[in-house]
Amino acid sequence: MNDLELKAGRIPLSRFSRLLPLAGIASLLLLWDLAIRFGNAPLLPGPLAVARAIGELAQKGFLFKHVVASLFRVTWGYLLAVVAGVPFGILLAWYRRGGLALAPLVEIVRPISALAWIPLAILWFGVGDVSAVFIIFVASFLPTTVAAMSAVSSVSSTHWNAGRNFGLSAGQIALYVLLPAILPRLLVGLRLALGIAWLVVVAAEMIAVNSGLGFLIIDARNAGNRYDLVVAGMVLIGTIGLALDAAVRRIERLPALRWGYAAAAAEEAA
Amino acid sequence: MIPAHRSLPGRTKLALRGLRMTFPTEETEIRVLDDIDLDVGEGELVCILGPSGCGKSTLLNIVAGFLQPTAGSVRIDDEPVRGPDPRRIFVFQERGVFPWLTVEGNIGFGLGRMPRSERANRVAHYVRLVGLEGFEKAYPHELSGGMKQRVEVARALAVDPDMLYLDEPFGALDSITRLEMRRELLRIWQQEKKTILFVTHDIEESVQLADRVVVMTARPARIRRIVEIDLPHPRDLSSRRYLELRDGIFEEIGLAHKI
Repeated sequence: MNDLELKAGRIPLSRFSRLLPLAGIASLLLLWDLAIRFGNAPLLPGPLAVARAIGELAQKGFLFKHVVASLFRVTWGYLLAVVAGVPFGILLAWYRRGGLALAPLVEIVRPISALAWIPLAILWFGVGDVSAVFIIFVASFLPTTVAAMSAVSSVSSTHWNAGRNFGLSAGQIALYVLLPAILPRLLVGLRLALGIAWLVVVAAEMIAVNSGLGFLIIDARNAGNRYDLVVAGMVLIGTIGLALDAAVRRIERLPALRWGYAAAAAEEAA
Repeated sequence: MIPAHRSLPGRTKLALRGLRMTFPTEETEIRVLDDIDLDVGEGELVCILGPSGCGKSTLLNIVAGFLQPTAGSVRIDDEPVRGPDPRRIFVFQERGVFPWLTVEGNIGFGLGRMPRSERANRVAHYVRLVGLEGFEKAYPHELSGGMKQRVEVARALAVDPDMLYLDEPFGALDSITRLEMRRELLRIWQQEKKTILFVTHDIEESVQLADRVVVMTARPARIRRIVEIDLPHPRDLSSRRYLELRDGIFEEIGLAHKI
Protein backbone atom coordinates (compact mmCIF):
# COMPACT_ATOMS: atom_id res chain seq x y z
CA MET A 1 0.00 0.00 0.00
CA ASN A 2 2.67 2.45 1.03
CA ASP A 3 4.69 1.34 -1.92
CA LEU A 4 1.87 2.23 -4.30
CA GLU A 5 1.41 5.61 -2.71
CA LEU A 6 5.08 6.34 -3.05
CA LYS A 7 4.96 5.34 -6.68
CA ALA A 8 2.14 7.78 -7.24
CA GLY A 9 4.43 10.47 -5.88
CA ARG A 10 2.22 11.21 -2.90
CA ILE A 11 3.32 11.58 0.67
CA PRO A 12 1.88 8.73 2.76
CA LEU A 13 -0.80 9.92 5.16
CA SER A 14 -0.49 9.45 8.90
CA ARG A 15 -2.39 6.83 10.86
CA PHE A 16 -4.94 9.37 12.02
CA SER A 17 -6.07 9.87 8.45
CA ARG A 18 -8.25 6.79 8.87
CA LEU A 19 -10.40 8.79 11.26
CA LEU A 20 -11.08 11.47 8.66
CA PRO A 21 -14.24 9.85 7.21
CA LEU A 22 -15.67 9.60 10.75
CA ALA A 23 -14.81 13.23 11.38
CA GLY A 24 -16.56 14.17 8.13
CA ILE A 25 -19.73 12.35 9.12
CA ALA A 26 -19.64 13.77 12.63
CA SER A 27 -19.36 17.36 11.41
CA LEU A 28 -22.17 16.84 8.91
CA LEU A 29 -24.43 15.53 11.68
CA LEU A 30 -23.51 18.47 13.86
CA LEU A 31 -24.26 21.01 11.12
CA TRP A 32 -27.52 19.27 10.36
CA ASP A 33 -28.54 19.36 14.02
CA LEU A 34 -27.65 23.04 14.37
CA ALA A 35 -29.53 23.94 11.19
CA ILE A 36 -32.68 22.21 12.43
CA ARG A 37 -32.41 23.76 15.93
CA PHE A 38 -31.91 27.33 14.75
CA GLY A 39 -33.62 27.19 11.38
CA ASN A 40 -37.31 27.50 10.72
CA ALA A 41 -38.44 24.28 9.08
CA PRO A 42 -41.05 22.66 11.28
CA LEU A 43 -41.47 19.49 9.20
CA LEU A 44 -37.78 18.62 8.75
CA PRO A 45 -36.36 16.15 11.27
CA GLY A 46 -32.94 16.48 12.92
CA PRO A 47 -30.45 13.63 13.17
CA LEU A 48 -31.74 12.59 16.58
CA ALA A 49 -35.31 12.37 15.32
CA VAL A 50 -34.11 10.24 12.42
CA ALA A 51 -32.18 7.97 14.78
CA ARG A 52 -35.34 7.63 16.90
CA ALA A 53 -37.34 6.81 13.75
CA ILE A 54 -34.89 4.05 12.84
CA GLY A 55 -35.18 2.76 16.39
CA GLU A 56 -38.95 2.80 16.13
CA LEU A 57 -38.82 0.84 12.85
CA ALA A 58 -36.50 -1.70 14.40
CA GLN A 59 -38.73 -2.08 17.44
CA LYS A 60 -41.87 -2.72 15.42
CA GLY A 61 -40.02 -5.18 13.17
CA PHE A 62 -40.50 -3.00 10.09
CA LEU A 63 -36.81 -2.29 9.65
CA PHE A 64 -35.93 -5.91 8.97
CA LYS A 65 -38.98 -6.39 6.77
CA HIS A 66 -38.29 -3.38 4.54
CA VAL A 67 -34.58 -3.97 4.24
CA VAL A 68 -35.06 -7.63 3.36
CA ALA A 69 -37.78 -6.79 0.84
CA SER A 70 -35.57 -4.24 -0.92
CA LEU A 71 -32.53 -6.52 -0.88
CA PHE A 72 -34.67 -9.36 -2.21
CA ARG A 73 -35.81 -7.33 -5.24
CA VAL A 74 -32.38 -5.91 -5.94
CA THR A 75 -30.80 -9.35 -5.64
CA TRP A 76 -33.19 -10.85 -8.17
CA GLY A 77 -33.09 -7.97 -10.62
CA TYR A 78 -29.33 -7.67 -10.39
CA LEU A 79 -28.58 -11.39 -10.55
CA LEU A 80 -30.76 -11.76 -13.63
CA ALA A 81 -28.92 -8.82 -15.19
CA VAL A 82 -25.53 -10.40 -14.43
CA VAL A 83 -26.57 -13.85 -15.65
CA ALA A 84 -27.88 -12.38 -18.91
CA GLY A 85 -25.54 -9.42 -19.37
CA VAL A 86 -22.14 -11.01 -18.76
CA PRO A 87 -22.49 -13.81 -21.36
CA PHE A 88 -24.16 -11.34 -23.74
CA GLY A 89 -21.29 -8.86 -23.39
CA ILE A 90 -18.68 -11.61 -23.78
CA LEU A 91 -20.37 -12.86 -26.95
CA LEU A 92 -20.62 -9.33 -28.39
CA ALA A 93 -16.91 -8.82 -27.82
CA TRP A 94 -15.95 -12.30 -28.99
CA TYR A 95 -17.93 -12.22 -32.26
CA ARG A 96 -16.87 -8.82 -33.47
CA ARG A 97 -19.43 -8.74 -36.28
CA GLY A 98 -22.27 -9.31 -33.86
CA GLY A 99 -20.78 -6.60 -31.68
CA LEU A 100 -20.65 -4.14 -34.58
CA ALA A 101 -24.26 -4.91 -35.48
CA LEU A 102 -25.59 -4.49 -31.95
CA ALA A 103 -23.36 -1.74 -30.54
CA PRO A 104 -25.52 1.16 -31.84
CA LEU A 105 -28.60 -0.48 -30.36
CA VAL A 106 -26.90 -0.78 -26.98
CA GLU A 107 -25.92 2.89 -27.13
CA ILE A 108 -29.47 3.96 -28.01
CA VAL A 109 -31.10 2.00 -25.21
CA ARG A 110 -28.46 2.89 -22.62
CA PRO A 111 -29.37 6.57 -22.04
CA ILE A 112 -33.06 5.71 -21.51
CA SER A 113 -33.60 5.91 -17.77
CA ALA A 114 -34.91 2.76 -16.18
CA LEU A 115 -37.77 4.86 -14.83
CA ALA A 116 -39.07 5.33 -18.37
CA TRP A 117 -39.76 1.61 -18.41
CA ILE A 118 -42.22 1.79 -15.49
CA PRO A 119 -45.39 2.14 -17.64
CA LEU A 120 -44.30 -0.77 -19.85
CA ALA A 121 -43.35 -2.82 -16.80
CA ILE A 122 -46.85 -2.32 -15.37
CA LEU A 123 -48.39 -3.15 -18.74
CA TRP A 124 -46.41 -6.39 -19.01
CA PHE A 125 -46.16 -7.58 -15.44
CA GLY A 126 -48.86 -5.68 -13.58
CA VAL A 127 -48.20 -3.89 -10.32
CA GLY A 128 -46.11 -5.85 -7.86
CA ASP A 129 -42.81 -7.53 -7.25
CA VAL A 130 -42.20 -8.70 -10.80
CA SER A 131 -42.40 -5.16 -12.15
CA ALA A 132 -40.03 -3.89 -9.48
CA VAL A 133 -37.55 -6.67 -10.23
CA PHE A 134 -37.88 -5.91 -13.93
CA ILE A 135 -37.05 -2.22 -13.44
CA ILE A 136 -33.94 -3.13 -11.46
CA PHE A 137 -33.00 -5.66 -14.14
CA VAL A 138 -33.39 -3.06 -16.89
CA ALA A 139 -31.29 -0.55 -14.98
CA SER A 140 -28.36 -2.92 -14.43
CA PHE A 141 -28.46 -5.10 -17.57
CA LEU A 142 -26.72 -2.78 -20.03
CA PRO A 143 -24.04 -1.56 -17.58
CA THR A 144 -23.27 -5.24 -16.97
CA THR A 145 -23.14 -5.98 -20.69
CA VAL A 146 -20.88 -3.04 -21.42
CA ALA A 147 -18.60 -3.98 -18.51
CA ALA A 148 -18.21 -7.52 -19.88
CA MET A 149 -17.56 -6.21 -23.41
CA SER A 150 -14.84 -3.82 -22.38
CA ALA A 151 -13.28 -6.42 -20.09
CA VAL A 152 -13.01 -8.92 -22.97
CA SER A 153 -11.56 -6.40 -25.40
CA SER A 154 -8.86 -5.56 -22.86
CA VAL A 155 -7.51 -9.13 -22.78
CA SER A 156 -4.01 -9.09 -24.27
CA SER A 157 -3.49 -11.04 -27.49
CA THR A 158 -0.35 -12.50 -25.96
CA HIS A 159 -2.46 -14.35 -23.40
CA TRP A 160 -4.79 -15.66 -26.10
CA ASN A 161 -1.85 -16.92 -28.10
CA ALA A 162 -0.19 -18.47 -25.06
CA GLY A 163 -3.44 -20.34 -24.35
CA ARG A 164 -3.68 -21.58 -27.92
CA ASN A 165 -0.02 -22.56 -27.92
CA PHE A 166 -0.51 -25.01 -25.06
CA GLY A 167 -3.14 -26.87 -27.04
CA LEU A 168 -6.26 -25.73 -25.19
CA SER A 169 -9.67 -26.11 -26.81
CA ALA A 170 -11.93 -23.07 -27.24
CA GLY A 171 -13.86 -24.05 -24.13
CA GLN A 172 -10.69 -24.47 -22.08
CA ILE A 173 -9.37 -21.11 -23.29
CA ALA A 174 -12.64 -19.50 -22.20
CA LEU A 175 -12.39 -21.15 -18.79
CA TYR A 176 -8.66 -20.89 -18.06
CA VAL A 177 -7.65 -17.73 -19.95
CA LEU A 178 -10.63 -15.54 -20.81
CA LEU A 179 -12.50 -15.80 -17.52
CA PRO A 180 -9.60 -15.12 -15.15
CA ALA A 181 -8.25 -12.44 -17.49
CA ILE A 182 -11.49 -10.43 -17.49
CA LEU A 183 -12.42 -10.98 -13.85
CA PRO A 184 -10.74 -7.95 -12.21
CA ARG A 185 -12.09 -5.48 -14.74
CA LEU A 186 -15.45 -7.21 -14.86
CA LEU A 187 -15.82 -6.98 -11.09
CA VAL A 188 -15.29 -3.23 -11.19
CA GLY A 189 -18.05 -2.97 -13.79
CA LEU A 190 -20.30 -5.28 -11.79
CA ARG A 191 -19.76 -3.18 -8.69
CA LEU A 192 -20.87 -0.05 -10.56
CA ALA A 193 -23.88 -1.93 -11.93
CA LEU A 194 -24.81 -3.05 -8.41
CA GLY A 195 -24.69 0.60 -7.35
CA ILE A 196 -27.11 1.46 -10.15
CA ALA A 197 -29.42 -1.43 -9.24
CA TRP A 198 -29.56 -0.22 -5.65
CA LEU A 199 -30.04 3.34 -6.86
CA VAL A 200 -33.30 2.57 -8.67
CA VAL A 201 -34.78 0.49 -5.85
CA VAL A 202 -36.78 3.47 -4.57
CA ALA A 203 -38.31 4.15 -7.98
CA ALA A 204 -38.98 0.46 -8.55
CA GLU A 205 -40.76 0.19 -5.21
CA MET A 206 -42.98 3.13 -6.06
CA ILE A 207 -44.96 0.73 -8.21
CA ALA A 208 -47.54 -0.07 -5.56
CA VAL A 209 -45.65 -2.72 -3.72
CA ASN A 210 -46.26 -2.63 0.01
CA SER A 211 -42.83 -3.22 1.42
CA GLY A 212 -39.24 -2.13 0.89
CA LEU A 213 -37.30 1.01 1.69
CA GLY A 214 -38.70 2.80 -1.36
CA PHE A 215 -42.22 1.99 -0.23
CA LEU A 216 -41.33 3.16 3.29
CA ILE A 217 -40.31 6.57 1.98
CA ILE A 218 -43.41 7.09 -0.16
CA ASP A 219 -45.72 5.64 2.46
CA ALA A 220 -44.31 7.71 5.32
CA ARG A 221 -45.01 10.88 3.41
CA ASN A 222 -48.48 9.85 2.17
CA ALA A 223 -49.63 8.53 5.52
CA GLY A 224 -49.09 11.50 7.76
CA ASN A 225 -46.04 13.46 6.66
CA ARG A 226 -43.65 11.42 8.79
CA TYR A 227 -40.54 13.07 7.42
CA ASP A 228 -38.41 11.49 10.12
CA LEU A 229 -39.28 8.11 8.58
CA VAL A 230 -38.61 9.48 5.07
CA VAL A 231 -35.10 10.54 6.03
CA ALA A 232 -34.61 7.30 7.98
CA GLY A 233 -35.35 5.43 4.74
CA MET A 234 -32.81 7.58 2.89
CA VAL A 235 -30.15 7.01 5.50
CA LEU A 236 -30.77 3.26 5.42
CA ILE A 237 -30.50 3.14 1.62
CA GLY A 238 -27.24 5.07 1.71
CA THR A 239 -25.74 2.89 4.43
CA ILE A 240 -26.70 -0.38 2.76
CA GLY A 241 -25.35 0.92 -0.56
CA LEU A 242 -22.05 1.62 1.13
CA ALA A 243 -21.98 -1.88 2.65
CA LEU A 244 -22.72 -3.54 -0.72
CA ASP A 245 -19.94 -1.55 -2.36
CA ALA A 246 -17.49 -2.47 0.38
CA ALA A 247 -18.41 -6.15 0.08
CA VAL A 248 -17.65 -6.25 -3.66
CA ARG A 249 -14.44 -4.28 -3.12
CA ARG A 250 -13.34 -7.02 -0.74
CA ILE A 251 -13.80 -9.59 -3.51
CA GLU A 252 -11.76 -7.42 -5.87
CA ARG A 253 -8.80 -7.70 -3.52
CA LEU A 254 -8.65 -11.50 -3.37
CA PRO A 255 -5.09 -12.74 -4.07
CA ALA A 256 -5.93 -14.21 -7.49
CA LEU A 257 -7.53 -10.90 -8.50
CA ARG A 258 -5.11 -8.49 -6.91
CA TRP A 259 -2.98 -8.37 -10.07
CA GLY A 260 -5.73 -6.38 -11.76
CA TYR A 261 -5.76 -3.96 -8.88
CA ALA A 262 -1.96 -3.73 -8.89
CA ALA A 263 -1.92 -3.22 -12.66
CA ALA A 264 -4.53 -0.48 -12.43
CA ALA A 265 -2.59 1.24 -9.65
CA ALA A 266 0.62 1.04 -11.70
CA GLU A 267 -1.23 2.53 -14.67
CA GLU A 268 -2.49 5.36 -12.53
CA ALA A 269 0.97 6.00 -11.15
CA ALA A 270 2.56 6.08 -14.62
CA MET B 1 23.38 -19.00 -52.02
CA ILE B 2 22.30 -20.12 -48.60
CA PRO B 3 24.17 -22.83 -46.82
CA ALA B 4 21.07 -24.89 -46.21
CA HIS B 5 22.65 -27.46 -43.96
CA ARG B 6 25.33 -26.88 -41.46
CA SER B 7 28.02 -29.41 -40.84
CA LEU B 8 26.89 -30.27 -37.31
CA PRO B 9 25.02 -33.52 -36.72
CA GLY B 10 21.25 -33.72 -36.78
CA ARG B 11 18.63 -33.78 -39.45
CA THR B 12 16.54 -30.88 -40.68
CA LYS B 13 13.93 -29.91 -38.13
CA LEU B 14 12.41 -26.85 -39.72
CA ALA B 15 12.25 -25.96 -43.41
CA LEU B 16 10.98 -22.64 -44.75
CA ARG B 17 10.47 -22.34 -48.49
CA GLY B 18 9.56 -19.22 -50.44
CA LEU B 19 7.93 -17.63 -47.41
CA ARG B 20 6.23 -14.34 -48.16
CA MET B 21 3.97 -12.14 -46.07
CA THR B 22 2.01 -9.02 -47.01
CA PHE B 23 -0.39 -7.07 -44.83
CA PRO B 24 -3.21 -5.24 -46.60
CA THR B 25 -3.70 -1.55 -45.73
CA GLU B 26 -6.40 0.91 -46.85
CA GLU B 27 -4.87 1.71 -50.23
CA THR B 28 -2.05 -0.69 -50.85
CA GLU B 29 -0.34 -3.56 -49.10
CA ILE B 30 2.82 -3.74 -47.09
CA ARG B 31 5.27 -6.46 -47.91
CA VAL B 32 6.85 -7.64 -44.68
CA LEU B 33 8.63 -10.84 -45.63
CA ASP B 34 10.04 -11.71 -49.00
CA ASP B 35 11.20 -15.05 -50.25
CA ILE B 36 12.55 -16.61 -47.07
CA ASP B 37 14.27 -19.96 -47.45
CA LEU B 38 15.80 -21.42 -44.32
CA ASP B 39 16.63 -24.83 -42.88
CA VAL B 40 17.20 -25.34 -39.17
CA GLY B 41 18.77 -28.55 -37.93
CA GLU B 42 17.54 -30.52 -34.96
CA GLY B 43 19.02 -29.24 -31.71
CA GLU B 44 20.35 -26.12 -33.36
CA LEU B 45 20.17 -22.64 -31.82
CA VAL B 46 19.56 -20.14 -34.59
CA CYS B 47 19.33 -16.40 -34.05
CA ILE B 48 17.32 -14.28 -36.44
CA LEU B 49 18.91 -10.86 -36.36
CA GLY B 50 17.46 -7.72 -37.87
CA PRO B 51 16.57 -4.09 -37.22
CA SER B 52 13.43 -3.28 -35.24
CA GLY B 53 10.26 -3.57 -37.27
CA CYS B 54 11.89 -5.53 -40.10
CA GLY B 55 9.44 -8.38 -39.87
CA LYS B 56 11.45 -10.92 -37.90
CA SER B 57 8.70 -11.19 -35.27
CA THR B 58 6.19 -11.78 -38.05
CA LEU B 59 8.44 -14.56 -39.30
CA LEU B 60 8.48 -16.19 -35.87
CA ASN B 61 4.71 -15.85 -35.54
CA ILE B 62 4.26 -17.61 -38.87
CA VAL B 63 6.61 -20.42 -37.90
CA ALA B 64 4.68 -20.78 -34.61
CA GLY B 65 1.39 -21.06 -36.50
CA PHE B 66 -0.20 -17.88 -35.12
CA LEU B 67 -0.19 -16.27 -38.58
CA GLN B 68 -0.81 -17.69 -42.05
CA PRO B 69 1.83 -16.72 -44.62
CA THR B 70 0.70 -15.11 -47.86
CA ALA B 71 2.82 -17.59 -49.81
CA GLY B 72 5.35 -20.31 -49.18
CA SER B 73 5.52 -23.23 -46.80
CA VAL B 74 6.58 -23.98 -43.24
CA ARG B 75 7.39 -27.62 -42.56
CA ILE B 76 8.49 -29.12 -39.29
CA ASP B 77 9.61 -32.75 -39.20
CA ASP B 78 8.49 -32.77 -42.82
CA GLU B 79 4.89 -31.92 -41.93
CA PRO B 80 3.21 -28.61 -42.76
CA VAL B 81 2.50 -26.33 -39.80
CA ARG B 82 -1.25 -25.77 -39.48
CA GLY B 83 -1.45 -23.83 -36.23
CA PRO B 84 0.06 -23.47 -32.79
CA ASP B 85 1.17 -26.75 -31.25
CA PRO B 86 2.20 -27.65 -27.68
CA ARG B 87 5.28 -29.40 -29.06
CA ARG B 88 6.61 -25.97 -30.01
CA ILE B 89 6.26 -23.22 -27.45
CA PHE B 90 6.49 -19.50 -28.04
CA VAL B 91 8.11 -17.46 -25.29
CA PHE B 92 6.92 -13.86 -25.27
CA GLN B 93 8.89 -11.07 -23.56
CA GLU B 94 7.66 -11.88 -20.03
CA ARG B 95 4.24 -10.48 -21.07
CA GLY B 96 3.05 -14.01 -21.63
CA VAL B 97 2.92 -15.05 -17.97
CA PHE B 98 -0.63 -15.24 -16.68
CA PRO B 99 -0.92 -12.61 -13.94
CA TRP B 100 -3.81 -14.45 -12.24
CA LEU B 101 -1.74 -17.57 -11.62
CA THR B 102 1.09 -18.09 -9.16
CA VAL B 103 4.55 -19.13 -10.31
CA GLU B 104 3.52 -22.76 -9.78
CA GLY B 105 0.22 -22.27 -11.55
CA ASN B 106 1.95 -20.71 -14.54
CA ILE B 107 4.61 -23.39 -14.84
CA GLY B 108 1.98 -26.13 -14.57
CA PHE B 109 -0.37 -24.42 -17.03
CA GLY B 110 0.31 -26.73 -19.94
CA LEU B 111 0.21 -29.90 -17.81
CA GLY B 112 -3.57 -30.12 -17.42
CA ARG B 113 -3.88 -33.74 -18.49
CA MET B 114 -1.18 -35.01 -16.19
CA PRO B 115 -1.94 -36.79 -12.88
CA ARG B 116 -1.60 -34.44 -9.95
CA SER B 117 1.49 -35.90 -8.27
CA GLU B 118 3.42 -36.16 -11.52
CA ARG B 119 2.46 -32.62 -12.33
CA ALA B 120 3.69 -31.38 -8.94
CA ASN B 121 7.01 -33.16 -9.46
CA ARG B 122 7.51 -31.67 -12.85
CA VAL B 123 6.61 -28.17 -11.70
CA ALA B 124 9.07 -28.49 -8.82
CA HIS B 125 11.76 -29.66 -11.23
CA TYR B 126 11.38 -26.65 -13.49
CA VAL B 127 11.07 -24.24 -10.59
CA ARG B 128 14.50 -25.49 -9.55
CA LEU B 129 15.89 -25.42 -13.08
CA VAL B 130 15.20 -21.71 -13.45
CA GLY B 131 16.15 -20.91 -9.85
CA LEU B 132 12.79 -19.78 -8.48
CA GLU B 133 12.73 -21.89 -5.31
CA GLY B 134 10.88 -20.04 -2.57
CA PHE B 135 8.72 -18.12 -5.05
CA GLU B 136 6.34 -20.96 -5.93
CA LYS B 137 3.35 -19.21 -4.38
CA ALA B 138 4.22 -15.71 -5.58
CA TYR B 139 2.12 -13.89 -8.16
CA PRO B 140 3.83 -12.37 -11.21
CA HIS B 141 3.22 -8.78 -10.10
CA GLU B 142 5.38 -9.55 -7.07
CA LEU B 143 8.32 -10.62 -9.27
CA SER B 144 11.01 -8.71 -11.15
CA GLY B 145 11.16 -8.69 -14.94
CA GLY B 146 13.91 -11.30 -15.01
CA MET B 147 12.00 -13.61 -12.70
CA LYS B 148 8.87 -13.32 -14.83
CA GLN B 149 10.96 -14.23 -17.84
CA ARG B 150 12.21 -17.32 -16.01
CA VAL B 151 8.62 -18.30 -15.25
CA GLU B 152 7.80 -18.14 -18.94
CA VAL B 153 10.81 -20.18 -19.94
CA ALA B 154 9.99 -22.76 -17.26
CA ARG B 155 6.36 -22.92 -18.35
CA ALA B 156 7.51 -23.56 -21.90
CA LEU B 157 10.05 -26.24 -20.91
CA ALA B 158 7.60 -28.01 -18.57
CA VAL B 159 5.54 -29.39 -21.47
CA ASP B 160 8.77 -30.82 -22.91
CA PRO B 161 8.52 -29.27 -26.38
CA ASP B 162 11.05 -30.08 -29.11
CA MET B 163 11.25 -26.46 -30.18
CA LEU B 164 11.31 -23.09 -28.46
CA TYR B 165 10.54 -19.82 -30.18
CA LEU B 166 11.91 -16.82 -28.36
CA ASP B 167 10.88 -13.35 -29.50
CA GLU B 168 13.39 -10.85 -28.10
CA PRO B 169 12.88 -12.55 -24.76
CA PHE B 170 15.42 -10.51 -22.84
CA GLY B 171 14.78 -7.18 -24.55
CA ALA B 172 13.02 -5.61 -21.57
CA LEU B 173 15.64 -6.65 -18.99
CA ASP B 174 18.55 -4.63 -17.65
CA SER B 175 21.94 -5.49 -19.12
CA ILE B 176 23.21 -7.48 -16.14
CA THR B 177 20.10 -9.62 -15.90
CA ARG B 178 20.19 -10.06 -19.67
CA LEU B 179 23.69 -11.54 -19.54
CA GLU B 180 22.65 -13.88 -16.75
CA MET B 181 19.57 -15.00 -18.65
CA ARG B 182 21.66 -15.74 -21.76
CA ARG B 183 23.99 -17.91 -19.71
CA GLU B 184 21.02 -19.78 -18.28
CA LEU B 185 19.40 -20.23 -21.64
CA LEU B 186 22.60 -21.81 -22.95
CA ARG B 187 22.83 -24.07 -19.92
CA ILE B 188 19.22 -25.18 -20.36
CA TRP B 189 19.65 -25.61 -24.09
CA GLN B 190 22.65 -27.87 -23.61
CA GLN B 191 20.86 -29.83 -20.89
CA GLU B 192 17.48 -30.22 -22.60
CA LYS B 193 18.58 -30.40 -26.25
CA LYS B 194 15.85 -28.28 -27.80
CA THR B 195 15.84 -26.66 -31.20
CA ILE B 196 15.71 -22.94 -30.56
CA LEU B 197 14.72 -20.08 -32.83
CA PHE B 198 15.72 -16.82 -31.20
CA VAL B 199 14.71 -13.44 -32.60
CA THR B 200 16.81 -10.45 -31.58
CA HIS B 201 18.00 -7.06 -32.76
CA ASP B 202 21.12 -7.30 -30.60
CA ILE B 203 24.23 -8.27 -32.56
CA GLU B 204 26.27 -9.19 -29.50
CA GLU B 205 23.47 -11.34 -28.17
CA SER B 206 23.23 -13.27 -31.42
CA VAL B 207 26.96 -13.96 -31.57
CA GLN B 208 27.04 -15.04 -27.93
CA LEU B 209 24.18 -17.52 -28.30
CA ALA B 210 23.80 -18.88 -31.78
CA ASP B 211 25.18 -21.74 -33.83
CA ARG B 212 24.19 -19.65 -36.81
CA VAL B 213 23.03 -16.06 -37.13
CA VAL B 214 20.51 -15.29 -39.86
CA VAL B 215 21.04 -11.63 -40.74
CA MET B 216 17.89 -10.00 -42.14
CA THR B 217 17.51 -6.88 -44.28
CA ALA B 218 15.17 -3.99 -43.44
CA ARG B 219 11.58 -4.27 -44.64
CA PRO B 220 10.63 -6.23 -46.59
CA ALA B 221 12.82 -8.66 -44.69
CA ARG B 222 14.97 -10.95 -46.74
CA ILE B 223 17.84 -13.12 -45.60
CA ARG B 224 20.95 -11.07 -46.19
CA ARG B 225 23.49 -13.57 -45.00
CA ILE B 226 23.83 -16.54 -42.69
CA VAL B 227 26.85 -16.41 -40.39
CA GLU B 228 28.10 -19.59 -38.82
CA ILE B 229 29.43 -18.98 -35.31
CA ASP B 230 32.17 -21.57 -35.02
CA LEU B 231 32.97 -20.89 -31.36
CA PRO B 232 32.67 -23.49 -28.62
CA HIS B 233 30.69 -22.76 -25.46
CA PRO B 234 31.42 -21.11 -23.05
CA ARG B 235 32.39 -18.32 -25.39
CA ASP B 236 35.19 -15.94 -24.62
CA LEU B 237 33.81 -12.50 -25.40
CA SER B 238 37.25 -10.98 -25.86
CA SER B 239 38.68 -13.70 -28.11
CA ARG B 240 39.82 -12.63 -31.56
CA ARG B 241 37.41 -14.90 -33.37
CA TYR B 242 34.42 -13.59 -31.38
CA LEU B 243 35.32 -9.99 -32.17
CA GLU B 244 35.92 -10.87 -35.79
CA LEU B 245 32.49 -12.46 -36.17
CA ARG B 246 30.79 -9.66 -34.30
CA ASP B 247 32.47 -6.93 -36.32
CA GLY B 248 31.76 -8.83 -39.50
CA ILE B 249 28.05 -8.62 -38.77
CA PHE B 250 28.31 -4.97 -37.76
CA GLU B 251 29.90 -4.31 -41.13
CA GLU B 252 27.38 -6.46 -42.95
CA ILE B 253 24.55 -4.34 -41.55
CA GLY B 254 26.50 -1.22 -42.42
CA LEU B 255 27.09 0.07 -38.94
CA ALA B 256 30.35 1.75 -38.08
CA HIS B 257 31.50 0.10 -34.89
CA LYS B 258 32.23 3.38 -33.22
CA ILE B 259 30.28 5.89 -31.20
